[in-house]
Amino acid sequence: MTEMLSGGEMLIRALQDEGVEQIFGYPGGAALHIYDAIFKQQRVEHILVRHEQAATHMADGYARATGRPGVVLVTSGPGATNAITGVATAYMDSIPMIVISAQVPHDVIGTDAFQETDMIGISRPIVKHSFIVKKAEDIPGIVKQAFYIATTGRPGPIVIDVPKDTTDPNEQFAYEYPDTVSLRSYKPALKGHFGQIRKATIAMLQARRPVIYSGGGVVQGGADEELVKVARLTGFPITNTLMGLGAFPGDDPQFLGMLGMHGTYEANCAMHHADLILAVGARFDDRVTNNPEKFCPDATIIHIDIDPASISKVIAADIPIVGPAKPVLQGMVEALEAELPNHPIDSASLNAWWRRIERWREQHGLNHDQRERRSESGELLPQQVIQAVYRETEGDAYVTSDVGQHQMFAAQYYKFQRGRQWINSGGLGTMGFGLPAAMGVQLARPDATVVCITGEGSFMMNMQELSTCMQYALPIKIVNLNNQALGMVKQWQDMQYGGRYSHSTYRDALPEFDQLIRSFGHHSFSASSIDELDTVVAETFSPALKNKLVFINAYVDPDEHVYPMFIRGGSLEDMVLSKGNS
Amino acid sequence: MMRRLLAILLENEAGALSRVVGLFAQRNYNIDSLTVAPTEDPTLSRLTLLTEGDDKKIEQVTKHLNRLIEVVKVIDLTDGAHLERELMLIKVRTEGGGHREEIYRTCRIFRGTVVDVAPDSYTVQITGPTEKLLAFMRAIGETSILEVVRTGVSGIGRGDKIFEL
Ligand SMILES: Cc1ncc(C[n+]2csc(CCOP(=O)(O)OP(=O)(O)O)c2C)c(N)n1
Ligand SMILES: [Mg+2]
Repeated sequence: MTEMLSGGEMLIRALQDEGVEQIFGYPGGAALHIYDAIFKQQRVEHILVRHEQAATHMADGYARATGRPGVVLVTSGPGATNAITGVATAYMDSIPMIVISAQVPHDVIGTDAFQETDMIGISRPIVKHSFIVKKAEDIPGIVKQAFYIATTGRPGPIVIDVPKDTTDPNEQFAYEYPDTVSLRSYKPALKGHFGQIRKATIAMLQARRPVIYSGGGVVQGGADEELVKVARLTGFPITNTLMGLGAFPGDDPQFLGMLGMHGTYEANCAMHHADLILAVGARFDDRVTNNPEKFCPDATIIHIDIDPASISKVIAADIPIVGPAKPVLQGMVEALEAELPNHPIDSASLNAWWRRIERWREQHGLNHDQRERRSESGELLPQQVIQAVYRETEGDAYVTSDVGQHQMFAAQYYKFQRGRQWINSGGLGTMGFGLPAAMGVQLARPDATVVCITGEGSFMMNMQELSTCMQYALPIKIVNLNNQALGMVKQWQDMQYGGRYSHSTYRDALPEFDQLIRSFGHHSFSASSIDELDTVVAETFSPALKNKLVFINAYVDPDEHVYPMFIRGGSLEDMVLSKGNS
Repeated sequence: MMRRLLAILLENEAGALSRVVGLFAQRNYNIDSLTVAPTEDPTLSRLTLLTEGDDKKIEQVTKHLNRLIEVVKVIDLTDGAHLERELMLIKVRTEGGGHREEIYRTCRIFRGTVVDVAPDSYTVQITGPTEKLLAFMRAIGETSILEVVRTGVSGIGRGDKIFEL
């Protein structure tokens, strides 16, 4: 028997039918019919945030940790505009997300009604697609399409704008959720071209100085296992982008570390001198390539990507393969297994190549322990904090980060073991992402250890969510690398602006973090020496505090810079390795 | 820089056109002219979009257009033999002795039609490739042109091959 439901009820019912367990939101006038529908059911849990931006980052963290789309519900006008930063963040990193924004009723759209804003217009350049509900009956079909589009092909955020009249509780309709979607204009590639995969495999077997360069597409595409197989079968060195970390185990000798602006010396040098690059789910971002004119001059480039528009956008691919990372890499594993007996890898060349890489690694690698290092001022070093957290969590935590120096230190010094373990805003670089993203992860994975590595600047952009953490008892561990400044900005000012710190410091205007955190009912510790750090880190991750939110306020050397750093406009091997040493 | 004429089949839905136009603005591509109307299948609109770019740029534009959910198909008409037509309505000054006849003659040479007559002006309708429209304007002379409205180019491939779903 078909049920009769109002538009608001159909919307929530459709979410149930999609298997949605949690949504992140904030109510307001235009959304109240929908909120009433939420009240009347149990299956979808609504998490009440303190700011709509945080709702989007929570949904984003949830999606990155699980691979399932995150769902956001906001009201019209300011609710919708507050969500925009999070939509853009998800868009830049290709994260599946559904943002339901309430809208003023149809009859007043276009009249500058109270809390009216053209959400479809504002979000147009930062969504994969968007819908405006014309009539209530369309809601189930739109929700079905939205989830389908968000999660297939290159994933991305979808906005559904819902005028209040279409959710009217007094108008009911026969509810039926569609089983399938078919869109004649949207047919994402489901697998790669066999001939191209074979061609790529042959090229790989002829390479003398190969490198595998993988990115967020492998993580989002759940292709870690296939990536590892390709790397093992070939013995090729492998590097990951900031978005791709975890897809290959960070502590494995075959792993060169991250590449790019703050990548390792060995990863960047290997890329620069390579004769073949297998790029998988990576998009040759400018923070990776440095000057595209000088990028990898000798390399044949194989580029696997789900999005044809990413291929040859920045760097021309010699062998393009359009398709999702997982089936394409699986195809490559099969092709390798078939070809290897006839075309064995030239192990003499590969060994010589590895010897060169090892020399780069020995000279300037990041693998050494930072414990014995002392800063000029004797203060705690940020790298020491990350290494301590890495040791204490046994490399097994979900780690989210904000944006700045602390993010780069986390990427460099926490050795991720698996995809989805490292969660950060790579494309948009959104400060304020870390805490709400960690909350989304913790809600999705209640038993996991979730660490948010942040800087005091970023943390203060969304710290109101400490209240949400109290409400839902989220036991996140927050590690604040407190350098009392917008460290990354300050570093650039040191390097490029003669140390003129234009608006990058606020030393005397920071809150007493321990008091602040405790006022929300959470635990907080400060540390300013390595001994204090050891005690505090041990306590933070002890069973006694497993169910508590704990904040570590680590006072770190404000003068520390992130190195290595590539020199703008140069090739990948042009790097500054430490202060005054390039 | 090459002149490129793209033909685009688009879902005939509210908001679809703004995504196409928005894409051009967002990616810093030019639109020199744009025509849109439903096709014989009322669920589809067909656009003809005139832009500029080298092969690499047009490949990128095409890929980005294809990424839009409502874009069903895109081709570059300038890749092959094709026809281009544009329609212009032009209001021309006719005062002064003998001027009216001269305008009328020019109009016939260009196979234009006078579609409205007023005491001091003619409104002429003229169709053809853009070049012909421009030539007509030159022939009339700047001082005699009062008002011009052009539709922008519509294009179709030559021969039996059709651009369809
Ligand atoms: C919303 C936003 N505004 C501005 C920036 C530019 N920005 C990048 S890093 C940074 C400083 C971050 O400071 P903090 O969070 O304390 O981290 P630190 O670099 O000190 O580790 C700024 C301002 C940004 N990325 N995001
Ligand atoms: Mg800071």
